[in-house]
Amino acid sequence: MTTDIKDRSGQGKGLFRFSAPPVFYPLAGRLAPWFAGIAGVLTVIGLYIGFFVAPTDFQQGEVYRVIFIHVPAAWMSMFIYLIMAFWAAVGLVMNTRLSFMMTQALAPTGAIFCFLALWTGALWGKPTWGTYWVWDARLTSQLLLLFLYLGFIALTSAIEDSRRADRAGAIIALVGAINVPIIYFSVQWWNTLHQGASVSLTQAPSMATTMLWGMLVMALAAWAYTIAVALWRVRSIILERERHTDWVKAELDVQESRA
Amino acid sequence: MKPRSKRLLLLGSAGALLIGAVALVLTAFQQNLVFFHTPSEVAEGKAPQERAFRIGGLVEEGSIMREDDGYTVRFAITDTAHVIPVTYRGSLPAMFQEGKGAVVQGILGEDGLFRATELLAKHDENYMPVEAQFALDQAHKAQQTVQY
Amino acid sequence: MMEWGSWSAFWSMGGNGLFVWGSYAVTFLCVAVELVLVIRRRRDTVRRLLRLRRAAPTGTGARRTTEEIFE
Repeated sequence: MTTDIKDRSGQGKGLFRFSAPPVFYPLAGRLAPWFAGIAGVLTVIGLYIGFFVAPTDFQQGEVYRVIFIHVPAAWMSMFIYLIMAFWAAVGLVMNTRLSFMMTQALAPTGAIFCFLALWTGALWGKPTWGTYWVWDARLTSQLLLLFLYLGFIALTSAIEDSRRADRAGAIIALVGAINVPIIYFSVQWWNTLHQGASVSLTQAPSMATTMLWGMLVMALAAWAYTIAVALWRVRSIILERERHTDWVKAELDVQESRA
Repeated sequence: MKPRSKRLLLLGSAGALLIGAVALVLTAFQQNLVFFHTPSEVAEGKAPQERAFRIGGLVEEGSIMREDDGYTVRFAITDTAHVIPVTYRGSLPAMFQEGKGAVVQGILGEDGLFRATELLAKHDENYMPVEAQFALDQAHKAQQTVQY
Repeated sequence: MMEWGSWSAFWSMGGNGLFVWGSYAVTFLCVAVELVLVIRRRRDTVRRLLRLRRAAPTGTGARRTTEEIFE
């Protein structure tokens, strides 16, 4: 089934080389610090724009500045779940273990961003709407996403056999992904307290340029941070799951000599 | 904790979370996720008769009035097609203003007056500096003058 | 550029300082916790695998060769 992705010497062809854990492991180790550095720099720039360049809002005053963390967190919580579903699908189709490991490496970060979207949203809602929470379509579906993330993490941790855990998690990732467009379009499909999108692919932004830039830079920072953390986390997962292989034994030798 | 107990706990949590998620979906869709009705829907009799529901719309310009007791507020909520009078006692959100969005929860009386128990301000997705809004207001005023 | 006038205006955020800084504080807390957990996970994994290896040094040989990794 997988012979078409190997060349004559048994190595993966082209990019499929990287679906082999012993090839991906050192690559992830080299890339992670770069993405972490990018995330740090972008965070500093984004927060500077958000607090020292972007002006006071005519409608909300200063409290709107929560937007510079609320929107990036919400975007990432949705985006990460879609990426998880993608890798789960790839894993099911191509039977590559690393795909499932990537899904599991991304989940905790996605869950944290989802929680932050809800937390910062609640703190933003109280002084503006007058309440920390309402059960409208947007907030309810975002809370549902958090349950999906936590359910995924709990289930994949609970199942001993890694292949069964991979497949159970894949179901949650793929089925739960339907919730993401629901979250996104909820403010259009139903009457909600949460306002519509200020930024979309089809319309001009309804935000002042400096405010928009602050938000976009923070979103990029969150994206770089996610990649760095996921790459670092998947390395631990790889070591654990591939512990019986020669290359991991060699890697452990290296670690032991350093200890 | 023993590995088996740990697995059981995790499996139980996963199950509880997933059941919670499904329950959330079912109850939410049962109420059709109608967070609020519009004033037009209320005027057309499409809103619930005996129980509490929400109305969402704009606070009509010039309609906010404080009653003599200093605590009750009367105003009108509109979607430019229909207007519903509202009375409310309680704290006002900072962003509750005439011409801006609001969502009220309460019961529609036989006299057509909506007695609200909860009031939330609803703001739109526009963010701009104070100067930009001032410029917009000026331009709007200038336009109106030209029309007359 | 945003002119704050004074540091107290900056911290106050128009009277909503608790909501704004409460959001950012929890964010940085979550990031810090996540980084600590990721670093600790790696360290614990390496330690545990080394310990397992010392407990059964001869082992039964690699279950997978490099070629089989693609399966």
